[in-house]
Amino acid sequence: MYETIYHRPSSIDEAAALFAKNEDGKYLAGGHTLIPVMKSRLAAPSNVIDIGRIPALIGIEAAGGTLMIKAATTYYDIMSSTQVKQSIPAIARLTSMLGDPQVRARGTIGGSIANNDPAADFPAAVLALGATIRTNKRDIAADDFFKGIFTTALQDGELITAVLFPLAAKAGYSKFRHPASRFALTGVFVAQSKGGDVRAVATGASQSGVMRVGEIEKALKANWSAAALDSVKISPDGLLEDIHGTAEYRANLVKVMAQRAVESAE
Amino acid sequence: MTIVTRKVSLTVNGKAVSADVEDRTLLVHLLRDNLGLTGTHVGCDTSQCGACTVHIDGRAVKSCTVLVGQADGSNVTTIEGLAGHNELHPMQAAFRDNHGLQCGYCTPGMIMAAVDMVRRHGGKLDEATVRQELEGNICRCTGYHNIVKSVLDAAGRMEMASAAE
Ligand SMILES: Cc1cc2nc3c(=O)[nH]c(=O)nc-3n(C[C@H](O)[C@H](O)[C@H](O)COP(=O)(O)OP(=O)(O)OC[C@H]3O[C@@H](n4cnc5c(N)ncnc54)[C@H](O)[C@@H]3O)c2cc1C
Ligand code: FES
Ligand code: FES
Repeated sequence: MYETIYHRPSSIDEAAALFAKNEDGKYLAGGHTLIPVMKSRLAAPSNVIDIGRIPALIGIEAAGGTLMIKAATTYYDIMSSTQVKQSIPAIARLTSMLGDPQVRARGTIGGSIANNDPAADFPAAVLALGATIRTNKRDIAADDFFKGIFTTALQDGELITAVLFPLAAKAGYSKFRHPASRFALTGVFVAQSKGGDVRAVATGASQSGVMRVGEIEKALKANWSAAALDSVKISPDGLLEDIHGTAEYRANLVKVMAQRAVESAE
Repeated sequence: MTIVTRKVSLTVNGKAVSADVEDRTLLVHLLRDNLGLTGTHVGCDTSQCGACTVHIDGRAVKSCTVLVGQADGSNVTTIEGLAGHNELHPMQAAFRDNHGLQCGYCTPGMIMAAVDMVRRHGGKLDEATVRQELEGNICRCTGYHNIVKSVLDAAGRMEMASAAE
């Protein structure tokens, strides 16, 4: 790892001020993406600004039809939260399948969506549930947030403070895990909103990152059941192809994971 | 270029310690190189193997993926801090009794992960849960079978010990 200067601000404003004042800064939350890439010298920020202990960035609140998870809340705290399990159980399920216990003890929801890895789990939930990403500057709709792999609508120095999920009528997640990395070879999050809108979002599948799958949404809107997807065909165009699986293989996984997600939905 | 260091202070295995280190230092290197606690191992470069697992404020984490600054002020327990005066921790004893190790490289990390696992699940641990919960720890020797047996055995011993208290 190259040299870096570590800062530990105690408030959101102090964190943003440190970012503005110091050249080439990066926020550090759980560190479970940033530290590995710094170790391999793929990133070398001169300043790291640790937001992982800022009290205003940690916690979970459920009120008025919304589940709010603050940005630096760890996966472990999310999956063990009664509020999460009661309001959107699919989020607790997704979190319990993410990484391994040690990763879940450190990694955060804010870090996951800011990073927007094409195989990460949380972006699928955020987009499928039509969540709102709250930053220190504004509210961003999930539809406008994910801009392609490792790219988001966040501006330089903009800090995610919380993610607000509207409660759903039904939601489910299923993923086919890469056996070594635990990331999604393909994962699908399905959700039916209280207004009857249906979304199905795949992660790990597309070359452009997290994506809505129109064919699946249409079939599920007509008939919310795994069987309704039997005759759906997903095109391999634009899907990822690597040593772990061909585009055709991933296209089939999108359908199968969507079916399992519907079966798990509650 | 002058190397800038700073003082970090933390509690390791119950003792207050401090060290002057560069900000880029990883917790595992502070433990091994500055404090001489070489029971915590480094087995990979990708945060995947779990050989470096220690407890920070009671939770099992990979110390190769934590900067010293993040651990400043925390309470850290390593494999060296588990045993009593003359007595192994029940998890260590169970690994010995069940032949839960061969070369031993992964063992400190396995044991630290397993102690946290028992803390979180208590008596509700079954074989499937243990296997799932060991996903963050890689062993190249044992085939995991005896590791799982050790953890289940220790979970029983730890339950009995806490019931007796
Ligand atoms: C072994 C292993 C297995 C994993 N398996 C999975 C998996 O199965 N699924 C999965 O989804 N992920 C997986 N991950 C990645 C893990 O989820 C990371 O924790 C996550 O990608 C980043 O979250 P973090 O809190 O650790 O962020 P950090 O590493 O601290 O930060 C990541 C990036 O986000 C930025 N950032 C962090 N917080 C904020 C914020 N609040 N506002 C703005 N920017 C911010 C940082 O500047 C940095 O650029 C795995 C990681 C490891 C090491
Ligand atoms: S050395 Fe930390 S996970 Fe491998
Ligand atoms: S005992 Fe050798 S790596 Fe596990």
